[in-house]
Amino acid sequence: MKGLVAAGASLILVACEMSGAGEGEGMESPYPLPLEAPERFSFGQDASEDRIFLWDIDVRPDGEGLPQGSGTVQEGEAVYRTHCLVCHGPTGTEGPYHVLVGTAPWEEWPGSRTIGGYWPYATTLYDFIRRAMPQLTPGILTANETYAVVAYLLHLNGVVPDDAVMDAEALPAVIMPARDRFVADDRRGGAEVR
Amino acid sequence: MDRSKLSRRAWLTTTSGVIAAGLLRTQTDAVRLEAQEAPEGLRDPSKVPGRPTSEVGARAPGEQPSRLVRNQNLSSSSRTPLQDLNGTITPADLHFERHHAGVPDIVAEDHELLIHGMVDRPMMFRMADLKRYPCASQTYFLECSGNGGGAYSRDRMPTDITVQALDGLLSTSEWTGLPLSWVLREVGVRLGASWMLAEGGDAALMSRSVPLDKAMDDALLAYGQNGEAIRPEQGYPLRLFLPGWEGNISVKWLRRLEITDRPTMTRDETSKYTDPLRGGAARQFSFVMDAKSVITFPSYPYALPDRGWWEIKGLAWTGRGRITRVEVSTDGGRSWADAQLQRPVLSKSTVRFRHLWEWSGREALIVSRATDETGYVQPTVHQLWDVRGERTSYHQNHQRAWKVASTGEVTFGLGDLV
Repeated sequence: MKGLVAAGASLILVACEMSGAGEGEGMESPYPLPLEAPERFSFGQDASEDRIFLWDIDVRPDGEGLPQGSGTVQEGEAVYRTHCLVCHGPTGTEGPYHVLVGTAPWEEWPGSRTIGGYWPYATTLYDFIRRAMPQLTPGILTANETYAVVAYLLHLNGVVPDDAVMDAEALPAVIMPARDRFVADDRRGGAEVR
Repeated sequence: MDRSKLSRRAWLTTTSGVIAAGLLRTQTDAVRLEAQEAPEGLRDPSKVPGRPTSEVGARAPGEQPSRLVRNQNLSSSSRTPLQDLNGTITPADLHFERHHAGVPDIVAEDHELLIHGMVDRPMMFRMADLKRYPCASQTYFLECSGNGGGAYSRDRMPTDITVQALDGLLSTSEWTGLPLSWVLREVGVRLGASWMLAEGGDAALMSRSVPLDKAMDDALLAYGQNGEAIRPEQGYPLRLFLPGWEGNISVKWLRRLEITDRPTMTRDETSKYTDPLRGGAARQFSFVMDAKSVITFPSYPYALPDRGWWEIKGLAWTGRGRITRVEVSTDGGRSWADAQLQRPVLSKSTVRFRHLWEWSGREALIVSRATDETGYVQPTVHQLWDVRGERTSYHQNHQRAWKVASTGEVTFGLGDLV
């Protein structure tokens, strides 16, 4: 719970700092709405609850969007060997595609963009795998399989123990090593180079 | 003699009123074959009737610019041949590509956009619905924030790299679509909403969180590119377009917008498209593309055949509004001259700059630097190293340089300045 509160606070901070992103741009819209325009055109249709449920798949750092289900590290190893190993290697470090596993401490620079070294939120793993993985058969994994492979990847990265079980409560509570590394963009134009 | 025979036959062919389109093509091909067989000095296009009209045009056979494709991975990119283009507009079939799971085949009639979340009326829009709204067209650049990363490392500064290979993840188009603010007005954004998740309909369901301020400012739901429908590689039939911001966030094949009060923290705004800084931090949500310029001529692998007058040409752009000045140096940055800016200078678009130069035949190091309306001056690589460190990535908009050797051969010259 403490982790959740901290994560929420840092999100709000980023969001507030972001609100100045449009500074330096003209305040007038480049596309003025025609004066004759009605209050609503209503050209689309109302979206049904079912349709929203079908497409609303994103998962946020506070766990919103996570489905029912659960998976263990051990189950995740089997999922990984079947669906992931061919691209990411036997231990997640060999490639040929993205290196997933790395636990080197990040002092001056991240050694790479591995899950253990760089990813700030564990929920992003669930969100991304559900969207886009495995690359040739995206969407093939069940919720249980997705939780399991997330648990396995977190374990390979030294973030959770080998008896960890991931579900909608456990996953958002995981604190990632790189979580507090991220800062808002402070570039604002003008004479100063940032 | 050949020539008169040829022109007579072609004349007969094209003036015959009964020739079907298929036959005409065959006849034309035959004429062209004979023409190609004719000795070089005898080809005179003013003595042979030309080809008839056609439904879709093609480039001249001798003009075949192409994108640079690095590999055939599903997540990959191709780069615009900046050295082969004039003016500012990028032909749509040469617009750079960056996909994360290939180019999806989408039928426009089946495509739908869902807008939901913190809104009063969640709605679905078909393409016909969106196209019925009033529309707007505007010319904007689009640049991948990874563009130019190949010329940042002190130890691996290239010399034999083209402007296409280094900075070809940049293109400019006239985009047509529906201002997003008009649609958000219809669905009724609720108080407290501050972000929006944009999701594509490709096999990566590519997703980015967008501050609502930008969505309400100059964001487009774009379906047109340079007068035609957006190309499949650019997001057909619908893409989000966020002028001046890093390309990745202008989500292609757009199928869902969820209005929220916080960012979703998708992979492409955490693990990717974040910029490590010296000292152990990483910059996140670094959306705006700062001012930058590149010289497209002369550049590697051109060689200037002789001394004398040459026009140095290039492109400049900024995500913060208009470019106000481009300067060119031919002595490695010791002295600068104002380049001419091609008008009109559009906001968040590329501007063509030109500088007439009399080359003495001695070795020269040519550099350009852009200034935008906020007073920001395109930095040197040393300035970026100082503030961000030498191992950052993305948004590497520092000044580039080309070295013209006394032989006229041009190579990438930034290594001579570091």
